[in-house]
Amino acid sequence: MNAAWQQALARVPELLAAHVQLSFSALLLAMLICLPLAIWAARSPRIAAVALTVASLIQTIPGLALLALFYPLLLGVSALVGGGISAFGFLPALLALTLYALLPILRNAVTGLTGVDPAASEAADGLGMTAWQKLRHVEAPLAAPMIMAGIRTAAVWTIGAATLSTTVGQPSLGDLIFAGLQTQNWTLVLAGCLFSAALAIAVDLLLGLIERGIRERRRVLAIAGATLIAAGLLIATLPLLIARDNVVVIGAKSFSEQYILARLIGSRLEEAGYAVRYRDGLGSAVVYQALAAGDVDVYVDYSGTLWTNQMQRTDSQPKAAMLDTIAQWTSTNHGVTMLGALGFENTYAFAVRAADARTKSLATLDDLARVSSDFNFGTDVEFLERPEWQMVQDAYPIRFKNARAFNPTFMYPALKSGEVDVISAFSSDGRIAANNFVVLEDRKGAVPSYEAILLLAPERAGDDRFVAALEPLIGAITVENMREANYRVDREEDKQTPRQVARWLENNLRK
Amino acid sequence: MRGKARHYASMPVSGPSIRLHDVSRHYGAIRAVDGVSLDIAAGSLVALVGLSGSGKSTLLKMINRLVEPTGGTIRIGDDPVDSVDPHVLRRRIGYVFQNIGLFPHMTIARNIAIGLELAGEKTGRDARVAELLDLVELPREMASRMPDQLSGGQQQRVGVARALATRPGLMLMDEPFGALDPVTRDNLTDQYKALHERLGLTTIIVTHDMAEALYLADRVLVMEAGQIRADATPAELVSGDVGAEAEALVSIPRAQAAHLIALGKTS
Repeated sequence: MNAAWQQALARVPELLAAHVQLSFSALLLAMLICLPLAIWAARSPRIAAVALTVASLIQTIPGLALLALFYPLLLGVSALVGGGISAFGFLPALLALTLYALLPILRNAVTGLTGVDPAASEAADGLGMTAWQKLRHVEAPLAAPMIMAGIRTAAVWTIGAATLSTTVGQPSLGDLIFAGLQTQNWTLVLAGCLFSAALAIAVDLLLGLIERGIRERRRVLAIAGATLIAAGLLIATLPLLIARDNVVVIGAKSFSEQYILARLIGSRLEEAGYAVRYRDGLGSAVVYQALAAGDVDVYVDYSGTLWTNQMQRTDSQPKAAMLDTIAQWTSTNHGVTMLGALGFENTYAFAVRAADARTKSLATLDDLARVSSDFNFGTDVEFLERPEWQMVQDAYPIRFKNARAFNPTFMYPALKSGEVDVISAFSSDGRIAANNFVVLEDRKGAVPSYEAILLLAPERAGDDRFVAALEPLIGAITVENMREANYRVDREEDKQTPRQVARWLENNLRK
Repeated sequence: MRGKARHYASMPVSGPSIRLHDVSRHYGAIRAVDGVSLDIAAGSLVALVGLSGSGKSTLLKMINRLVEPTGGTIRIGDDPVDSVDPHVLRRRIGYVFQNIGLFPHMTIARNIAIGLELAGEKTGRDARVAELLDLVELPREMASRMPDQLSGGQQQRVGVARALATRPGLMLMDEPFGALDPVTRDNLTDQYKALHERLGLTTIIVTHDMAEALYLADRVLVMEAGQIRADATPAELVSGDVGAEAEALVSIPRAQAAHLIALGKTS
């Protein structure tokens, strides 16, 4: 087995356990909601119509969107009740997956309960069963195989959709998939897919065994299936019993630079004696709120991101003044400490192929505006919605022929292959130089500064050991080193892991 | 019936009398049962006969409150049926119907004993099941079978055994043997009549088959359009002069019998 697989497999047990805990909790909650609701719905066609319509509607929302929706929703609820509800991690993932699991359970349970043979129902009444006795002795046992089949479908869906919970900061096998996709580490992607598929198949088989046991009235089968599932759950929840006090959670957004910097921070904190966990692949909006709420202890953000997203500013200030303003703002509004800037910028930069730059004499964004109506624009998924894009359009008369959104991993190859003609690259990305792309100058200063800055959660501000471990990083990373580091992870040949590269970066800090 | 049933027969069971006063059941503008008043003596075997839609099943089901009357009162003995909760009432009444309704997920033994289980009787269930299997002339080995392993006739025997398990004095039977083949049906009819007498039950049986009613019952009620149009003994019915509705129904078996006799003479 090679190193890539060893690295991937090392993370599997912990993520698999988290995946099982999350999926099972969601399934259990969905069952607790659906089974009483189904009993009610089986007696009232109107309730059945309403409940099934709502469940079907929820099913039409894409899983990723449903997860994303719960984040602001929980933030709002938390604000209403005066805080204390975490909008990050387990809770939003649990709620979204539970909603997702409702439809198959509810539909099958209602079908099963209303499909009970009318003769058996009449006999139950004629014998003098109460409503509860009828449910317990007749309706529930006769509907059980159908209900079980619904639970089985829900279980498979839930295990699949749980991979998406990575995006709201809940660890799952999706961590491997998202991280692998980002760093083009296909071994990680494959490991994530294989284990989540294997989990789904195993659970499906075991629930199928229970279903068959019930249907054919073979108690042994049902007990065997239930026992194996219980054993799996027990193993998956054992880690919960081991206390994990004072674990530092390091956040990272979903690109290579963030993975590397998170490992750099993590290794320094480990050396200082902290236990460390990583929450990778978080959305920009999620991670800052998570830090403010204390769910994440430390992460690297960019001045321009906070300026435009969190602070809703549209003006611009000189770099140094801007950092001061941000530090002031985060501290007064959320108690978040800005420890300092790391020393490099990762700004949005428009990049073109060298050949085009030469033949069409492109050097600045003004030049780009001149040819933009002939150019296809490739961008990441968020740029077109970001205020920076508006700022650029306000400053330069750029109107592209069309625009396509890519995962950053695929954006560079798209430019190289000519699929698009210009991309919104990141200035610290190693693939710019490696592909010989030309970055166009923003002479009007339309795009704000994107200094990488280190942010600490409120409760870490007074932790001297913590601060001392991270202070040497301030001003210590040059843009050249960051590009090199990024390239080592992103390149096709001789790829390195974020952890390996973090070690290299550590040895190349500017003293 | 065979002698095995003797100790059951010695149990002090005696059917109650039934009194209906001005009982109606309306479904919107439709009067399924329209102001029926009726006294049924304890221990009698009464057949309710009529065409489909005449209201005979509805009338029967109002006695154990599977259908609630729109108006009127029904008494079993001296007690109005709505003086207790429906499930309490029904546990004292045996109910057998055409579709049988054995619980497919329970063994024959548990099907028969379910009434005892509901009543919370924990001891002596197995003995009682054996006794009831004897009573309806099924082999005791059937106790461990599942319903789908039995023939239609065997299943309805279990249906009768289940209804008798809690020793009810009153049996309500809604076309109980209607779906069975003629031989099985005849057999079961005979055996039930004997059971009724031996156990001292009060039985009301709904049927659309006048021949069965004439053979089985000691009193026949003919229903049409929600009302009782004739109330007579089988002998009175056969002799005629009990109304056009009854005569229309009686004329069919009479004509069949005459035809059979004629066939016998010519051969």
